Amino acid sequence: MTDAQQFAASFAEIHPPLGRREALVEANRCLYCFDAPCANACPTHIDVPGFIKKIASGNLGGSAMTILNANILGLSCARVCPVEVLCEGACVMHRYNQQPIEIGRLQRHAMDHFYGTGRRLPAAAASKPGRVACIGAGPASLSCAAALRQQGFAVTIFDSRPLAGGLNTYGVAEYKLRPADSQREVELVRSLGVEFRLSAEIGGALRIQELEEQFDIVFLGVGLGRTQPLDIPGEGLPGVIDALRFIAEYKTRGGAPVGRRVVVVGGGNTAIDAATAALRLGAEEAHLLYRRSETEMPAFEFEYDLAKREGVQFHWLTQPVAIHGNTAVESVECVRMELGPPDRRGRRQPRQVPGSNFRLSCDMLIPSIGQSRLLDFLAQFRNMQLSGGCVVVDPATGQTGNPRYFAGGDCANGGREVVDAAAEGKRAAAGIARRLEALHG
Amino acid sequence: MADLTTHFAGIQSPNPFWLASGPPSNCGDQVQRAFDAGWGGAVWKTIGEPIVNVSSRYSSVDWNGLRMMGLNNIELITDRPIETNLREIAEVKKRYPKHAVIASLMVESRRAAWHEIVRRTEDAGADGLELNFGCPHGMSERGMGSAVGQVPEYAKLITEWVKEIARTPVLVKLTPNVADIRAIARAAKAGGADGLSAINTLNSITGVDLDTFTPRPDVGGQSSHGGYCGPAVKPIALHMVQQLAGDPECGLPVSGIGGISGWREAAEFLLLGCHSLQVCTAVMHYGYRIVEDMIEGLSNWMDEKGFRTLDDFRGLSLARVTEWKHLDLNYKIVARIHPELCIGCGLCYIACWDGAHQCIHIEGAATPEQLIAESRTRLAQTPAVVAVDTAHTPAARIPKVDEQECVGCNLCWLVCPVESCIAMDPVDTGRPAESWAQRGAP
Repeated sequence: MTDAQQFAASFAEIHPPLGRREALVEANRCLYCFDAPCANACPTHIDVPGFIKKIASGNLGGSAMTILNANILGLSCARVCPVEVLCEGACVMHRYNQQPIEIGRLQRHAMDHFYGTGRRLPAAAASKPGRVACIGAGPASLSCAAALRQQGFAVTIFDSRPLAGGLNTYGVAEYKLRPADSQREVELVRSLGVEFRLSAEIGGALRIQELEEQFDIVFLGVGLGRTQPLDIPGEGLPGVIDALRFIAEYKTRGGAPVGRRVVVVGGGNTAIDAATAALRLGAEEAHLLYRRSETEMPAFEFEYDLAKREGVQFHWLTQPVAIHGNTAVESVECVRMELGPPDRRGRRQPRQVPGSNFRLSCDMLIPSIGQSRLLDFLAQFRNMQLSGGCVVVDPATGQTGNPRYFAGGDCANGGREVVDAAAEGKRAAAGIARRLEALHG
Repeated sequence: MADLTTHFAGIQSPNPFWLASGPPSNCGDQVQRAFDAGWGGAVWKTIGEPIVNVSSRYSSVDWNGLRMMGLNNIELITDRPIETNLREIAEVKKRYPKHAVIASLMVESRRAAWHEIVRRTEDAGADGLELNFGCPHGMSERGMGSAVGQVPEYAKLITEWVKEIARTPVLVKLTPNVADIRAIARAAKAGGADGLSAINTLNSITGVDLDTFTPRPDVGGQSSHGGYCGPAVKPIALHMVQQLAGDPECGLPVSGIGGISGWREAAEFLLLGCHSLQVCTAVMHYGYRIVEDMIEGLSNWMDEKGFRTLDDFRGLSLARVTEWKHLDLNYKIVARIHPELCIGCGLCYIACWDGAHQCIHIEGAATPEQLIAESRTRLAQTPAVVAVDTAHTPAARIPKVDEQECVGCNLCWLVCPVESCIAMDPVDTGRPAESWAQRGAP
């Protein structure tokens, strides 16, 4: 087996595609609810029963259009959405025969058909006055840009990285979404007439002032910053790599060096992605440290289940305080935690148990305690209000305190799912279109 | 354990389940295997001068992923020599003396031809004869099958010819492709028939291939209308059987045919007066083995209801069928939704709005369009702290019936996927029973 084959086998899709007959049987199982809870639970409000019935009738082209009309990122959402807490979580079948319709896989079936036939969406002429810049080429910007371009507005997307797609390209676990699939979605948006300027750092070569001169409206879909540092001694040692860098590296290179004993710090979905990826890349053991207990862990239950199945070892109420090693990481020193009274948000605050220090040997340490806020970057824009490091927007329109600026996705919502970014991008597009039409009459 | 022994027009069988004349009763080996599986009788695939068939011969109507809700065929009568069929009938009767073997017959409309086939068939040992006056395709173009069964005089005449020499009971199989099936039944009775079999298949084209544009079944780019049967035709068959069993002028026992695929349908045909039951499509779909559940299910149902024999409940529902003008206009039922069973699918709501009388409501929405519009503008987000309650239907999704406006049409109850969630409860209108006939037309 070549390295590429080995990599592909290790990261085989956890939700494989439905066959044609499987899809038909599953589609026919759908009750075709009215005012369907699945569609209401979807942030982009895809008409789920509508697209499923079109699969059942053999109208796969129409099914794909129903999806894409509501969510241009139908391909990636079908693969990465936490459907258990969204559409499938809302499915009435839970109360019928306990088996929700496999909406995510059916959506993928329609999307695979669409991309497989090489169909394109109708491209509108850029006939309307007003130019829009979308900063960041992740899901929020792609969704916003596509919707505006389809309405006839000229849109340019800027991103500092060489490939568009944001976390869809660089940050989603490989067994959920592959960069090549993320790029197919990018190409669909490009085919609508959206212009991409990649490897372009805003605030660097292109100053804010120039941006504002060239564009009437700016949409910020910049996401969040780097993984937050642990701020403990030894973090600079070789063998310490933050989760997002680790994931981006193995995805873009088709593999990455990995330790024998890997310790991941953090209890979110990204921490799980990093731990399971480490095992797939050949680590003998993957340990996950979380400073609270199992009940407080923010990762989705199905992600936690996956990690348990794959053999990730969980260490609850454990916080790293120092990383030790001579030339590279050799161990991590931890302290036991206990939970104090609940804070204002109802979460019990962890505090260290004095004298409980112990060491866990490891040769790779992956911090994954959330992404930092882009405070310095966002401070460059006038009249933009921030709250907790996120851009404050009108949820209905995505408009910021500065009426020329709109925002959506992680930089506004603090870090949610691809489908949330898609929905916010779409809503912002509607807000921007209204603003441009008001400006240009 | 209920006794399923069947006595029909002088023919006995251990149970009422017979193979209908068709592909499953084409030869002796098949019939013997069917008897081993539990079938009580078989009507042999129609015997006559051997024909030549085409391919293909069958096509079906599928529905929502289910296969063969309805089946259509353009196959003709047997393609095997008369003497082969008769020899095999004799063999089967020798091995299975207690099972009913009925020979379905169709020959050209000459007295001598009918006399000859009747004599030979009875000599082979058949327990009875079924005259095929129903086949709607192919044979009718040659003056046989439904060409006979659609003209009362012809049906009477040929029945008379057969009765002139027949020593075994004579059944006439009726075509549904007529304006009033009772006219042919009365003619058969006038000709001396001992019983009826109903219904034969319905004229049909099941569909058109959307790539080749050829209707199905495709015979080299052409098609021809065929005979429709299977689950889809049961309601039509039940109606015709009720017409026959409820017709005092006819008064002949009936063997029920048409969409019987399980014990429930069997019980329905018996309740509407049938004496035996014939099955073809369900066997073509699943094989002879289906009879096990038919026998067991019917027997268990009879035990549950306290019926010892088929006579105990035969025709019990006939008196419940009347003309519309005699129905009570003052009887009223209303839909009641049991919220604890409602799964919140909204199907009753939209069915009532778009297909009935707009009396089921979702709180806060004046129309379905308004409901959808509000749902589409409501912001949804991936929940941050995950506790999705999948066990309970949100109260706002449970529709409410306006009982004053409800006309008791049953539509909501029919579309509801959950058993017993919607009940159609009688309400007292305070008015005495009164029919249209009693009220007197203005």
